[in-house]
Amino acid sequence: MQNKYDVLIIGGGPGGAMAGKAVAEAGLSCCIIEKRPAIGAPVRCAEGVGNEISELVDLDPKWISSKIEGALLVAPDGQTLELNPEMAGNEVGYVLDRKIFDRELVWKAANAGCDVFVKSRASSAIIKDGKVCGATIESGGKTVEVYADVVIAADGVESKFARWCGIDTTVPMAEIETCVQYLMTDIDIDPGLNAFYLGREVAPEGYVWIFSKGERTANVGIGISGKMCKEGKRPKDYLDAFIAEHFPNGKIIELIVGGVSACKPLACTVADGLIIVGDAARLSDPITGGGIINAMYTGKLAGEVAAECIASGDCSKKALMKYDTEWRSSKMGKGLKRNYQVKEIFIKLKDEKLNSIVNSVNKLDMEIFDTKYLIRELVKYNPWLLKDIGTLKRLLD
Amino acid sequence: MLVIKREVCGYCGACVSVCPEGALELVDAYLTVDPENCIECGICSKICPLGALEMKNAE
Repeated sequence: MQNKYDVLIIGGGPGGAMAGKAVAEAGLSCCIIEKRPAIGAPVRCAEGVGNEISELVDLDPKWISSKIEGALLVAPDGQTLELNPEMAGNEVGYVLDRKIFDRELVWKAANAGCDVFVKSRASSAIIKDGKVCGATIESGGKTVEVYADVVIAADGVESKFARWCGIDTTVPMAEIETCVQYLMTDIDIDPGLNAFYLGREVAPEGYVWIFSKGERTANVGIGISGKMCKEGKRPKDYLDAFIAEHFPNGKIIELIVGGVSACKPLACTVADGLIIVGDAARLSDPITGGGIINAMYTGKLAGEVAAECIASGDCSKKALMKYDTEWRSSKMGKGLKRNYQVKEIFIKLKDEKLNSIVNSVNKLDMEIFDTKYLIRELVKYNPWLLKDIGTLKRLLD
Repeated sequence: MLVIKREVCGYCGACVSVCPEGALELVDAYLTVDPENCIECGICSKICPLGALEMKNAE
């Protein structure tokens, strides 16, 4: 490990890897440090992504556990709604194998020239005259100071590095989704469908997911709101009840736990000498909890902006703001803003109203699937929508 | 004081993200609490997906 790099990246997940690759490809020196002994493990993810991932990286078949052709939504009363690609505008996605995927993304960064160190952890930020200048790193029993013109914080949901730089990254208790997932085998599933179960009894202010990992195997998991979580009613309790009902004979071959933020993104994702990306910047989707693509997109953008700013000799907050401005005005940034508002509406909906929505969507003519038609028909069957959630129409307009 | 049940903890870091004082830290594959900074608010023990954190009274 050198004691000075152009860019130091804290965290070797998809955000950090994409940043490292972008910086190295710009011809600058960079280093990824990962506190775990292995990239990609343990997994803390349901591994689902939309097909827009291919805009960021050429997908290798060996990263993919399952190709997803549609989604099945199960309402609290058991009614189902199947969304297939024709209806959803040809959206298909994948369930990744992140143990392989994460490692290969880091390989790409390493092949481009980025240094990588595992079991190496940032323990504090080096700050001089208010500017982030590097990090103190614990690696193999040694403590070293590593300096950099720009530090990219890609340290995931914990988001400690930005906190050490004076940015409050605390997720409000009501806006953390607390999650447990089992990788299960020997279960009856449709390998081309991802299923989502809704309802207060199933998963209060969250959902249960069944994400196919192939024939007869899936990630079966749950996220519930932190404010609904208590002794005896933790996500693991709900998940065990779900599995007892749906997959009593399935085998659990992996236990995965995690927290996903469903809050607004950090008010500002840069500081002097610092860029914050992915989950660390609170960029996971407030509705789905998905964060892989957002981390990859912002990681890549952070690497590019860092390289530009270093070339021009100005790594101040003002110069790095280009990153913040660009992701906020991107499709991702606008989507996060809209989905936060939609989430705020949906977590307040009672089960009978969710049932009613799913029931009326099932009555629709799915051949005419456009937003205006959808809203008009939904309101026809559910006139309370306009009164209860008047903002919904405005959001979807 | 906050007690970490290591045999229950899945070292996911969810608690770290909600700690208002930055008192928790996930080091590699184990969780630590800095008793100097912990204000015993109990938020981490409430949201833990597995129930690995317990707030015990000092007496």
